[in-house]
Amino acid sequence: MSSLSTPTKPAAGVAQVRTAKVGSMQRPRYGIHLFLILMSILWLIPLGWAVFTALRSKADTDRFGYFSFGGAFNFDNFVTAWNQGGFARLFTNSLIIVLPSVILTLLFASMMAFAVSRFSWKFNITLLIMFTAGNLLPPQVLAAPLFEMFKHFSLPYSISGSGNLLNTYFAVIAVDTAFQVGFCTFVLSNYMKALPQDLTEAAFVDGAGVWRQYWNIIMPLTRPALAALGTLEVIWIYNDFFWPLLFIQSGSLLPVTTGLNNLQGQFLSNYNLLAAGAIITVIPTLVIYLALQRQFVAGLTLGASKG
Amino acid sequence: MADTTLGVTSSARGIATPGRRRRRYSLLSTRDKLVLGAMVLVPTLIQLLLIWIPTVISVMLSFVRWNGLAFSDIRPGGFANYAYVFRDYPPFWPALQHNILWLVFLAVIATPLGLLLAILLDQNIRGTRIYQSIFFAPVMLSLVLIGVIWQLFYSQNNGLLNFLLGTSGTSRAVDWFGDPHVNIWAALIAATWRHAGYVMILYLAGLKGVDPSLREAASLDGANAVQTFFRVVFPVMRPINIVIVVITIIESLRAFDIVYIINRGTNGLELISALVIQNLVGEGQVIGVGSALATILLVVSLVPIIIYLSRTFKKEA
Repeated sequence: MSSLSTPTKPAAGVAQVRTAKVGSMQRPRYGIHLFLILMSILWLIPLGWAVFTALRSKADTDRFGYFSFGGAFNFDNFVTAWNQGGFARLFTNSLIIVLPSVILTLLFASMMAFAVSRFSWKFNITLLIMFTAGNLLPPQVLAAPLFEMFKHFSLPYSISGSGNLLNTYFAVIAVDTAFQVGFCTFVLSNYMKALPQDLTEAAFVDGAGVWRQYWNIIMPLTRPALAALGTLEVIWIYNDFFWPLLFIQSGSLLPVTTGLNNLQGQFLSNYNLLAAGAIITVIPTLVIYLALQRQFVAGLTLGASKG
Repeated sequence: MADTTLGVTSSARGIATPGRRRRRYSLLSTRDKLVLGAMVLVPTLIQLLLIWIPTVISVMLSFVRWNGLAFSDIRPGGFANYAYVFRDYPPFWPALQHNILWLVFLAVIATPLGLLLAILLDQNIRGTRIYQSIFFAPVMLSLVLIGVIWQLFYSQNNGLLNFLLGTSGTSRAVDWFGDPHVNIWAALIAATWRHAGYVMILYLAGLKGVDPSLREAASLDGANAVQTFFRVVFPVMRPINIVIVVITIIESLRAFDIVYIINRGTNGLELISALVIQNLVGEGQVIGVGSALATILLVVSLVPIIIYLSRTFKKEA
């Protein structure tokens, strides 16, 4: 397998790469830097203010004011917010939703993309259009029918405390997956189209069935796109507010992003705790961002530059 | 789900060649046909069942009267829900105005700001990676979190903004998210914080893909930087420009999370998407009215979606 030529990668390693341009003269551009520094400061102020507030105790800010440097700086608010907000549970709930959703999304999207990009059959473009369009609809358009469908879908009480699909993770995972499959199918089909046809042609001659061509040949070569989309989808679904808001009623089942809605009420009288709670929620995305920034950006811009 | 992600089929041009050689379905063995059929059928059924059938039901529900309880309570309603929404439902017109304002603000302020940042950062600037990371960071955050973070910044008595303006603690301190005269603008600035970074990263990727010889040719012909951009680079970036226009429109139609976290989309922050939800949940569920609003949102959304799809798939069909 290793002797296979590397396929052209559409939009791999975008954005942050190669700024070097030949022979551009290096006159200092103070104006541009001044503007960019100013904008950067403006950009960092809201987050910086949240961190600043989170590091100080309520007692100190009450005494010296929020806009001051008096008093101690420590992580006490983070510990308190973590415990009072039940973040351990919120994060677990997020994980229970995000992991299956992302895996199912990539699985279904890659199967569909494989079928539409490597074979020609009657409705493949029609279906691809349908998938792409579905991802662009405002979620609120689907809210009432999905809510009623799930409410009237009976489940044994041993599986769901509500006796139906409401207030279960199945509902959130299913809709998250359905909503994200469209975009991923679109991106992956473009990526797979760019892989040389000879690869599967040769495998076909050797007697490899459709599934082997998909799983053993195309999927390994699609790994860069899958990694980029996977990173993107983890963050998108982690950040999703609407579907859990609609389907999940009990606070103990909410994921972090939707749970923040309740925390805001709970911590309203204590801005320091609210700030700490907000920063705690940022941390997972921040870690993924710092570790996988290139993947994330590549996912966003996949196909955006000419492949 | 507040994120609109679009890819450009720049590869649309590239497909033609391998496309012609794509295997015909009819050449496959029966077993392979079954496998392939399943690979298509499962995702397609999911899409139909959870996206398209609910969309159709939403339109149908907009023509009934229903309290959302038993199916036997459903009564035909004709256009009564629409008549109610247009004539007697006070928040509808403000919400429509706010959606339009949202679109105009993103299109006139946030998107051009993102473009400007991308153009500046594309110029081989020292420290460009750091700048990019800073401007891009808010894109990683959920709009809910952005609402909370800006709430801390905007707070009437404890927020940084009122301290900086010197109004904190006085009667002139503005409650930026609470005051119905200003809160839409405050929310728009918070939304811009995120949208501009998103546009920047997309545009930057596009700029990197522009053939450098085009610019060299332009500068040899004596064009200055501004002329080069508007006459040469911008036209070449057409596919990305379309994506950014569509993203801007769709984001403004989908705006929901940030107003919902601030005050559930009331009191100055009405948006169509929030009104849909207000009519579906809470007391006196009026599914018909909610669905009429959802259908209005759907019809408006289909315009940019169809424009985008027809441009993207024109070459393939």
